[in-house]
Amino acid sequence: MPNDVSSGSPLLEVTNLVKEFPVRKNPFDKALAGQDLKVHAVDGVSFSLKKGEVLGLAGESGSGKSTTGRLALRLLDPTSGSVKFEGIDLTTLGTEELRRLRPRIQMVFQDPLSSLSPRMSIGAAIRHGLDIHDVGVAAERDDQVRHLMESVGLTPADFLFRKYPHQISGGQAQRVVIARALALNPDFLVADEPIAMADVSVRALIMELLKKLKEEHDLTYLFITHDLATAKYLCDRVAVMYLGRIVEIGPKDEVFRRPHHPYTKALLNAVPVPDPNRRRTHELPRGEIPSAVFPPAGCHFHPRCPFATPACEQERPPMRDLGSGHQSACLLN
Amino acid sequence: MTEALLKIEDLAIDYPIAIGTVHAVRGVSLEVAPGETLGIVGESGSGKSTLGLAVLRLVRAPGKISGGRVLFEGRDLASLPENEMRKVRGKDIAMVFQNPLTSLNPLMRIDKHFLEVLKTHKPELKPAEAMTLIKEILNDLGIEERRMRAYPHQLSGGMRQRIMIGLGLILRPKLVICDEPTTALDVIVEAGFIDLLKRLQKDFQLTIVVITHNLGLVAELADRIAVLYAGKVVEDAPAASIFHEPLHPYTQGLISCVPNIDLDQEKLTTMEGSPPGLVDPPLGCAFAPRCPLVMGRCRLQEPELIEHRSGHKAACWRITHAE
Repeated sequence: MPNDVSSGSPLLEVTNLVKEFPVRKNPFDKALAGQDLKVHAVDGVSFSLKKGEVLGLAGESGSGKSTTGRLALRLLDPTSGSVKFEGIDLTTLGTEELRRLRPRIQMVFQDPLSSLSPRMSIGAAIRHGLDIHDVGVAAERDDQVRHLMESVGLTPADFLFRKYPHQISGGQAQRVVIARALALNPDFLVADEPIAMADVSVRALIMELLKKLKEEHDLTYLFITHDLATAKYLCDRVAVMYLGRIVEIGPKDEVFRRPHHPYTKALLNAVPVPDPNRRRTHELPRGEIPSAVFPPAGCHFHPRCPFATPACEQERPPMRDLGSGHQSACLLN
Repeated sequence: MTEALLKIEDLAIDYPIAIGTVHAVRGVSLEVAPGETLGIVGESGSGKSTLGLAVLRLVRAPGKISGGRVLFEGRDLASLPENEMRKVRGKDIAMVFQNPLTSLNPLMRIDKHFLEVLKTHKPELKPAEAMTLIKEILNDLGIEERRMRAYPHQLSGGMRQRIMIGLGLILRPKLVICDEPTTALDVIVEAGFIDLLKRLQKDFQLTIVVITHNLGLVAELADRIAVLYAGKVVEDAPAASIFHEPLHPYTQGLISCVPNIDLDQEKLTTMEGSPPGLVDPPLGCAFAPRCPLVMGRCRLQEPELIEHRSGHKAACWRITHAE
């Protein structure tokens, strides 16, 4: 719970994480650029998570938030930088060591139906991790799975146990994926847009479930979302990403009440508010997100920023402390 | 109310399937006044997209309109011969679909898309006149002229969606139906699209129907909102009333299960269960099995959509009883 969030060393610490993907382009483009082209998906990201904390990673498509989530579990190898889980650097672990750690770090993907095998009953899918990691006694695993199904609201568990993914609803499928991730009793979970594909009423159910699980299991998770209203509802802290970098991070009340970075402000201003009496004119940043193959120099946001100065075009703004754990990467006040 | 531009009367749409017939839309009546923006809100399977397609008679076979009328300027589109209907599509009523990448032809440059529309509906136009029209509309959309020569994949998602709305508007239709127009867009792009749509509505004197599950979007755009559940309108009211004094328990549940960035919410209301299957719809109110306020009558008899306050209709026995 939040009360002991401030004490102790971080459960997860990400430092200067960089991930570049090569672009296969025609030789002409390559010659023109004078170098091998790369997508700068994640460009020097640092953050940490304390036990029991939920950090929201918010950003638009292409901001690098999903890649960051995958790097945090080493589902991808970073180009450089480190990911420390309880002080162990995941980026240097061998396959076998990593495999032993896997039960403790789990992931929930965006589309539940594409991350479930259509040929495995949902009971078997949830049980699969227990079998692989040989947890407990084989004969008791089915009971364990039923218990878990009940705790995520997959009831009646006996009835649903033998169903296949195509026989259940989208909301139920999302619960299966969450139950599967929780089966191994992980300490750390990355949830990548777990509600993006769900209907409005199902979203609320999944959000309440995630909240309940956090309280009951003291779960630490990284919640990746493009929806700031959801981030505000679910997270303790929020990091806003733009073109592979974190531009602002802090406790959610700080970031949402006193946004500092012009991009965060623009993003907050654009969020549709479900209240027709609060319609506003949007002051939107000009243009569109530039390509991550050729990110702008200096502050990535400067070409769209209404306050940009010549300095913003030159240097990468360092993270500045604004107090109360609130940091922003903007050269301006 | 002034004479409605679009008046849907007791519309029913069926999809025959192997095990029976899906009654996707079950007696929907709606009116849209000229210049108005109507939001049609519902979750998956509520029949909202089918309803939008039915206005243009684009419901795909074996699905068919099995009853009711779609009156556009007094003409019943549901019974119009196909060659007449083809003239209505695009020219009088335009449709903007959800995913611009699948609605644009990947092998055609942007200008060709526009030319195709113009050639079909205005064959008398000279090429130079057509080009002038295209340049004008791109200008209205805030897209540079040089983009005419681009292929869809070379444009960003936001730009593609603007092209879609431009294709819809080039023939100056009276009514535009937007089906989930911003689902594929990022927040900032979505906000830009909302602003654009509002401006175009003024400039082109458009009547708009927005079909969506996104309550934020209709809160920003709609004058009036109809809430669809299991193929029926359960509530139809001015936008502010829907959000601030919803009458139907389903609307109430829907509104309070959305996180609002302007509020500090402790808990969201949740609705357990899911909508009923529409092959064999329940006898009474379709929401009864999930309704926190359910009464005996709800399971037996279907409530009708009744005007409870001025311009505020709802279909619920609770309200009828309270009065």
